[in-house]
Amino acid sequence: MFAYTVRRLIQAIPVLFGISIIVFLVISLIPGDPATAILGAFATPENVARVNRELGLDEPLPMQYLHWLGGVLQGDFGRSYALDRPVADELGERIGPTFLLAVTALILCAIFGLLAGTAAAVRQYGWTDRILSLLVLIGISTPSFWLGMMAIILFSLTLGLFPTGDMTSLFGGGGVLDVLWHLTLPAITLAMVATGVVARLTRANMLEVLRQDYVRTARAKGVPEHLVIRRHAFRNALVTLVPIIGIQAGFVLGGAVYIEEVFQWPGMGRMLVNAIGQRDIILVQGGVMVIATAFVLINLATDLIQSALDPRVRGR
Amino acid sequence: MTATQDAPAAKVTDAGKPRKRGGRPSVWTRLTANPMTVVGMVLLAILLLLAIAAPILPLPDPNATVLGDRLLPPFSEGAILGTDHLGRDLLSRLIWGTRVSVAVGLAATLVAAIIGSTIGLIAAYYGRVVDAILMRSIDTLMAFPYLLLALAIVAALGPGLLNALMAIAVVNIPFFARAVRGQALAIKNLDYIAAARLSGFSDARIILAEMLPNVLPVVIVTMSTTLSWMILETAGLSFLGLGAQPPTADLGSMLGDGRDLIHRAAWVAVLPGLVILLLAIGINLVGDGIRDVMDPRLKSGALARPAPATARRLPKTVPAPPAMGERDVLWVRKLTTHFEVGDRVLRAVRDVSFSIRRGEALGVVGESGSGKSVTALSLLGLVASPPGVLVDGEIWFNHRERGPIDLARAPMRDLQRIRGARIAYIFQDPLTALNPVLKCGEQVAEALVVHQDMGWAEARREAIRLFETVKLPTPAEKANAFPHELSGGQRQRVMIAMALANKPDLIVADEPTTALDVTTQRRVLELLNELRHEHDAALLFISHDFGVIADLCDRVQVMYAGEVAEEGEAAELFRNPSHPYTQRLLACVPSLDRDDEIEAIPGLPPAVDDLGVGCPFADRCPEAEPACEAERVLLRRISATHHARCIHATGTEIPEAEDDGRIDHD
Repeated sequence: MFAYTVRRLIQAIPVLFGISIIVFLVISLIPGDPATAILGAFATPENVARVNRELGLDEPLPMQYLHWLGGVLQGDFGRSYALDRPVADELGERIGPTFLLAVTALILCAIFGLLAGTAAAVRQYGWTDRILSLLVLIGISTPSFWLGMMAIILFSLTLGLFPTGDMTSLFGGGGVLDVLWHLTLPAITLAMVATGVVARLTRANMLEVLRQDYVRTARAKGVPEHLVIRRHAFRNALVTLVPIIGIQAGFVLGGAVYIEEVFQWPGMGRMLVNAIGQRDIILVQGGVMVIATAFVLINLATDLIQSALDPRVRGR
Repeated sequence: MTATQDAPAAKVTDAGKPRKRGGRPSVWTRLTANPMTVVGMVLLAILLLLAIAAPILPLPDPNATVLGDRLLPPFSEGAILGTDHLGRDLLSRLIWGTRVSVAVGLAATLVAAIIGSTIGLIAAYYGRVVDAILMRSIDTLMAFPYLLLALAIVAALGPGLLNALMAIAVVNIPFFARAVRGQALAIKNLDYIAAARLSGFSDARIILAEMLPNVLPVVIVTMSTTLSWMILETAGLSFLGLGAQPPTADLGSMLGDGRDLIHRAAWVAVLPGLVILLLAIGINLVGDGIRDVMDPRLKSGALARPAPATARRLPKTVPAPPAMGERDVLWVRKLTTHFEVGDRVLRAVRDVSFSIRRGEALGVVGESGSGKSVTALSLLGLVASPPGVLVDGEIWFNHRERGPIDLARAPMRDLQRIRGARIAYIFQDPLTALNPVLKCGEQVAEALVVHQDMGWAEARREAIRLFETVKLPTPAEKANAFPHELSGGQRQRVMIAMALANKPDLIVADEPTTALDVTTQRRVLELLNELRHEHDAALLFISHDFGVIADLCDRVQVMYAGEVAEEGEAAELFRNPSHPYTQRLLACVPSLDRDDEIEAIPGLPPAVDDLGVGCPFADRCPEAEPACEAERVLLRRISATHHARCIHATGTEIPEAEDDGRIDHD
């Protein structure tokens, strides 16, 4: 298990490298002059030259990349022009709320997706299956940003149960309950699409697993059906499903951008949208790099969970 | 990928061009057979027609601001769906917005499909370094959270509908590249591609003319899955203000406008989202339909979940329990099991009767498909259902405490209590029959915990003791090992330990050594034989190998096309095989003291959904004559303990009603 963990950690390094190159290239290949984009159309040539020097844009591209990467590895993501502060400081403030939201949504989608998918598979073609399949269809077809607004209209404006947003910061003094109160609607909304996807794949996987020989063996052994489902079928389906839940983290982290915007959640997503609007590319670069790294780490974690569940993976 | 692997083989024809398979219903017919797909099609058709017809519909100008008519609620005069904050007609804006959203989504899908397929084809065709570089880049793109990469691209290019389109297309390229590469690799080495290469066609021509047509189905399936995401995501970018810029409006930017109005005029936000939802539902329904049609596994219903017990459709009459002696374990009478696949009925087991006593071994022999395994699985309702259905028969099990129980009619609760406790199974391939994620000891212990008043700790100790009994080396270590860590023979010993755990009255061994090599086979058989004597258990031993049956069994039943062809005491049957099929099977057994060539039986067993009334073996039988196929052939009594179903067998016919598998032992 230890050797496997080390191996997977080492395998993640080239992926992170590749990500850093893409992040760097996307931003560097901006058409036009970034300095002009930052300073506006009426910048003096001197100022443009100064900004170019400060950003290291007068160097060749590979050198620019190495400088940038060197800074990132030391936690220096550069300086945000629009906010006039180090990008790292801004990221540090924004990272907590986003991960609280994303991880909560991921846990919700794992729990409800697995439960719903299993229930649908066990009652295949029954009413439970049909109703769940319809809900899943609606789930994966709903724009999450619209769903968020509908939730606000219904639960906040009409019923007054939850706040419409206005979460200012995680540690603003409201306490855990206040955070949870603010978290409920955004987290559920964010989890919706991923739950649908997980439920769908769980159903398909459970149906696949229930046809396997070892399920017949368990039944031939006289194992009661609920244990056949839980101990034999579900345990095996989980092996395939855990990495799938890891992949959902990508959709959840991306979807968080909408949800943060709708619920005015003080996270990285809103920061990114504002930064793009203000063409604050250094900030976008840092934010994208941090979220993409987190995604790689979450996938790494799900791979390790998978290997803990499946002895065959560890041996490979 | 199974969907696509078989497809190319069918398409390799003389000209190397795909040819339509005759006789199969068209894709359209199969698509419209699914009501949900039709719902999706209708939904999409309505939305698309409205969007296409927007310029000719009698709609107000979607951008005409009428400040006096601001935020009119739905059903107002002149504005059936109301107006927005600038007094613009919402119905008109929705239809025009749908037009933009659909156009952008389709365009993004096309761009992603073209670029992605090109990458996939090139990677597969050139292989090696080209493949490695392209696919690693694709993997890296996929390591990004989906929407985030799109945001980064929009950040670089600047907000705007066209840029949003490009960004969404780029993040979807990997899905096409991967799917197309997989399919292209599968067909790359087929003869006609190689032939095209040898004929000196250019690479571009081979890729475009020969490979592209074969990967198109995969491209279409991927488009059907990604289209709804692309529409949702471009709407999302517009919602964030990064896509469509005024005065252009798509459904997403309309939602963005509505967002600030949810306190005052909720409908402005509700309606565009609803249209996106309907659009996405329509696309997903049609997409699911397309995938179902293209994935052959889904068509046959093979993905149906097997029920906990075989379905039953038995005659209403409840048979009275027979008298069973102390040593009688099982009496099966006229067991009939069908497989119902679509409107075909496969009669897998027909009127099979037999009985078995304590300490006795009954061998069931026949080719694959003869119904021997289905017979064994039918005993405890283990035939997968669907498609299996128990149609007729009685399965009397002599329970130690409760006397005879008809397993064909027993409630699930009784079946479950007998399974693994009183009747235990050993299956053919221990690698697939053991649960890969549970330790071997655990799996054996489970049999004890389920049926006995025993805790897990004690059951685990007992499992190690059982591993000693089945002569597994280092039993404690093996109990802690996972199935894949053991050899084939060791795995089968684990299965035997599991079967013996509760000291069953009957052990059903379904080809227990077929998956093992010859030396291991012998040792496992010796062990099985030794242990069943030790436990005084009855053994139902299923095999296609007469040699193995001869070593092990007291009595033999030969099955052909779902019915008993011949049955009798082993010695008697081997001395005087009376059914031509038995004779043929015996001729297949290799023997050291015989020099003649082993000859296979010519022909194949008949399809069990297309049986005539007469002898099913007739068309493979060297001794067949017209009388064989005229009417049902009954078993004939060669001796009290030897019967054969052949009109050439000596002896008197046994009337159908008396053909009940009971053996007079005294």
